[in-house]
Amino acid sequence: MKIHIKNGRLIDPKNNIDAQQDVYIAAGKVVAIGAMPEGFNANRVIDASGLVVCPGLVDLSARLREPGYEYKATLESEMLAAVAGGVTSLVCQPDTDPPLDEPGLVEMLKHRAKSLNQARVYPLGALTQGLAGEHLTEMAELHDAGCIGFSHADVPLTDTNVLLHAMQYAATFGFTVWLRPQDAFIARDGVAHDGEVATRLGLAAIPSCAETIALATILTLARETGARIHICHLSSREGVALIRAAKAEGLPVTCDVAIHHAHLSEMDIGYFDANCHLIPPLRSQRDREALRDALADGTVDALCSDHAPVDDDAKLLPFAEAEPGATGLELLLPLTLKWAKETGVSLSAAIAKITTEPARILGLNNGHLGAGQHADVCIFDPEQYWKVEPASLKSQGRNTPFLGLELQGRVRVTLVEGHVVYEGLV
Amino acid sequence: MKNNPQLNKNGELQHLLTIEGLPAATLRHILDTASSFLNIEEREVKKVPLLQGKAIFNLFFEPSTRTRTTFEIAAKKLSADVINLNVGASSTSKGETLLDTVDNLAAMQADMFVVRHGQSGAPHLIAGHVEPHIHVVNAGDGRHAHPTQGLLDMFTIRHYKKDLTRLRVAIVGDMLHSRVARSQIHALTTLGVPEVRVIAPKTLIPACAERMGVQIYHDMAKGLKDVDVIIMLRLQNERMRGALLPSVQEYFKYYGLTAEKLALARPDAIVMHPGPMNRGVEIESSVADGVQSVILSQVTFGIAVRMAVMSILMGSGAGSKQ
Repeated sequence: MKIHIKNGRLIDPKNNIDAQQDVYIAAGKVVAIGAMPEGFNANRVIDASGLVVCPGLVDLSARLREPGYEYKATLESEMLAAVAGGVTSLVCQPDTDPPLDEPGLVEMLKHRAKSLNQARVYPLGALTQGLAGEHLTEMAELHDAGCIGFSHADVPLTDTNVLLHAMQYAATFGFTVWLRPQDAFIARDGVAHDGEVATRLGLAAIPSCAETIALATILTLARETGARIHICHLSSREGVALIRAAKAEGLPVTCDVAIHHAHLSEMDIGYFDANCHLIPPLRSQRDREALRDALADGTVDALCSDHAPVDDDAKLLPFAEAEPGATGLELLLPLTLKWAKETGVSLSAAIAKITTEPARILGLNNGHLGAGQHADVCIFDPEQYWKVEPASLKSQGRNTPFLGLELQGRVRVTLVEGHVVYEGLV
Repeated sequence: MKNNPQLNKNGELQHLLTIEGLPAATLRHILDTASSFLNIEEREVKKVPLLQGKAIFNLFFEPSTRTRTTFEIAAKKLSADVINLNVGASSTSKGETLLDTVDNLAAMQADMFVVRHGQSGAPHLIAGHVEPHIHVVNAGDGRHAHPTQGLLDMFTIRHYKKDLTRLRVAIVGDMLHSRVARSQIHALTTLGVPEVRVIAPKTLIPACAERMGVQIYHDMAKGLKDVDVIIMLRLQNERMRGALLPSVQEYFKYYGLTAEKLALARPDAIVMHPGPMNRGVEIESSVADGVQSVILSQVTFGIAVRMAVMSILMGSGAGSKQ
């Protein structure tokens, strides 16, 4: 299959391209950019006039809910949501049921995902067996089975000695440890930021120090062990300051922010909107501004969807009892564009936050469209407005704080390995 | 942010979920209406037929004696049919969700739900779910709000002090966990009370509390000085277990209301408590039963205020069935 994507605005941040350039694909790979190679006979020509052609998106956090939570979402529904959102590579957390703590489970997931021929799935293995926080998993075996790193998802790992050993062991093999910083004792039953909204609504609170205490611990252990760390879903201004200092010191640390935290604050909870019950909690507007700035200046490396589909019944509950999480795969691109537009960041720099940068964190050669590269491509209309509503989403999770909002930027075509895996209606 | 979920399209009160965001005129209207109900006690027939044929469901997911009883009395004085349901954890433990329970009761021709729930926001959820002819009254949700308590406290203060715009009010105790304190604070600030103080140790004050328009004190001697109204909050026993306070004894010594501390307030200060009281924990018996205490008046006024709330809600335009 030979594909010619013509007349599009090619944005490939890694290769410093932002220009009208055609892309030529053959046998699953990019064979040329710009001029047509000699003797190239396209089986299909995609006219990308007025559209942006960029590397397929790399999402650092998407829960696919398999195995164990198929009532919330299935691999079929979420993989379709991924490509509908232009996401061609995604990282999934190990907090499935059972957790991804055995090579067999990881192989099964990889196999199931591969058979769907859609996005590439990069599982994170559980850092401890059963995510119980006591015994290390067979990290090397899990790595061989396809794990790209190790994480404790949102499950508290309270024993710092276990964390120390997990990081030492991971460092032995050069594996990256992914952690979402939150002190379990201080966070306890909290469901909202410890600010004026939680106070007014009478919601149990999680202060920012729950994040910074955990971050300080993680960064100290990173310094101690030399382990490479990825911090997931940073939420606070003080957390940004700690990451900035750690990077200045030269610690091997990267970090991401979820799309929700780049756009929303505690104020969006309004009158107990359970769609805004998220992990970590939406914090103050000052925190949000700090996160947006940190994304722009590179302190925060990447934006992710933190896709966590939840079924309706689990959201139709009082705020604190409602299950945290929101669908996000199909919102990653438009919300990244929105952030760029609002902050004056260039389209290319914005796209880097969801392509090149996450690929770099993963140590993958994805996220760009150099010749010879896998042809994972996202073609989108940067101008098209669309309304976020249940009917416009492919994900089985229909809950998001952005419901009802008009967003700009709609995916038209997604290719993985040179195959068209998604085509949206114009 | 969405419109205030308590008001209908015409700006009339459709539900009473919280005092926050309600205009002062609405609060005054409720208090004035309550005044007119107060003298029903003195009539030969202690009932008015305002809500005849209406079905009011007391839906209590948390145990309560006083609040449920006063709602029941208020509804009966308005000639409504009252159905009491102590849902407790029973139906949720059978797997029925909150909204399932509500749907089933709505199908039994309910006109109003009086809801108490352990989770902040549960009455909002119900109000957003039910048909427009059904009204929801929040009888206490988690730490969030207890608007009829807040209103009856305003009624009591107005009864004894007349002009609210010259008062200094001190609320003493566990603001962090108190829905009563939140409703009182919104009501006091809305009605123009110029100085509202909260007195408590730092462990019992929520973040950004001063944004609600109160001044925070940690010292009773300073906080009670020259106040006109003292509202004591109930200290729940479980607070001792959560590392928030060291002991009942120490709490009483520093934050309990004694005759000696009461003397720091203005000589005509009144003492209030939403009940149930912990004598010897937050309040000394001699003060609770003393001449400055208006605690039992609060209970009596509570009936008139709840009658006012129910009759006003049922009278709102969108509330009447076609």
